[in-house]
Amino acid sequence: MKLKETILDPIFKSNPITVLVLGICSSLAVTVTMKGALVMALSVMVVTGISSLILSTLRNTIPGRVRIIVQLVVVALMVILVDQILKSFEATYPIDKQLSVYISLIITNCIVMGRIEAFALGNKPIPSLLDGLANGAGYGMILLIVAFFRELLGSGTLFGIQVLPAGYVTNNLVILPPFALILLGCIVWVQRSIQKDLQEK
Amino acid sequence: MEYISLFVKSIFVDNMIFAYFLGMCSYLAVSKNVKTASGLGIAVMFVLLVTVPINYLLNKYVLGPNALIEGVDLSFLSVIIFIAVIAAIVQIVEMVVERYAPSLYSALGIFLPLIAVNCAILGGALFMQQKEFANVGESAVYALGSGLGWFLAIVALAAIREKLSYSNVPPALKGLGITFITVGLMGMAFMAFMGISL
Repeated sequence: MKLKETILDPIFKSNPITVLVLGICSSLAVTVTMKGALVMALSVMVVTGISSLILSTLRNTIPGRVRIIVQLVVVALMVILVDQILKSFEATYPIDKQLSVYISLIITNCIVMGRIEAFALGNKPIPSLLDGLANGAGYGMILLIVAFFRELLGSGTLFGIQVLPAGYVTNNLVILPPFALILLGCIVWVQRSIQKDLQEK
Repeated sequence: MEYISLFVKSIFVDNMIFAYFLGMCSYLAVSKNVKTASGLGIAVMFVLLVTVPINYLLNKYVLGPNALIEGVDLSFLSVIIFIAVIAAIVQIVEMVVERYAPSLYSALGIFLPLIAVNCAILGGALFMQQKEFANVGESAVYALGSGLGWFLAIVALAAIREKLSYSNVPPALKGLGITFITVGLMGMAFMAFMGISL
């Protein structure tokens, strides 16, 4: 496969959230603010990229039967590292407690395991690293789109900075989690109207 | 009395699907018909009920500060220990289902081993850690309640999707899109329980 396709496909054509339906679990609760979404997107990118790289390097030495346990251990290790790094910056850049649970839940994020199984175990280390990063980016893009609408309409701010005029009455429905699903449904709708071959019969 | 309120609270107020969005991947993928959905729901409920109390005991007597060795805090290892316990239990459940319910085994397919990476299970363990339950009974009641909540949610969605297959949905919205929106609307209905303190 060409490198360019490896990088570009996961961002639009085979986006992990809207096409492969992977990693929805954690993505909806962290999209209330742009900041939370950005932290989550970067964490997932790092974890997916580096664990794909490590497992792709090890792919010829892991016996098939204990594959899943080895994968879980590597992914868990990366997630613990990311979690500890975020914790060490907590004093200067505080993140809320809710987000920290979801950072730990990256282990069970289907994107990470899915890309390792589907790509990293059958490809060379460098394309695997790029595939992991690109899938993380595709995931992050959807997260940021959802977070943009939710923060703008829900609190009238972006990244915590007031954008809409002060008289704006905040829409509390948008902050509630179900709205994220409806927004996601609309994103799928838009994407499938453009890309007709994805439509289900 | 305390147990009953915790049980009801974990089913409705802290519902895994509608309040925290955990276990969404298999929730969306296996909800095409009621029979398979209820099979997965029971499996998830069982795994939660077994793993949360085990993880509770490990968390309290092995991982907590000063639990095993004086002055040593192993809590940074909790996630890796939790996932190992879950993977082992899921392996056992898989063998039992394969032996006693082969038709359910083939219907669930890949989603049975994937319970190991179902966010609802690990989420249950992490919320258990965050909520700081007083004893193992409370954690078991919490696990049963959240499992039952997950079960009810997936059966409800499967029933709606069975009916939905007869309706006229715009082609681009068919399948995934309309399912997202349905779950969103169901979540709004569940909002009625939010903020109720028992």
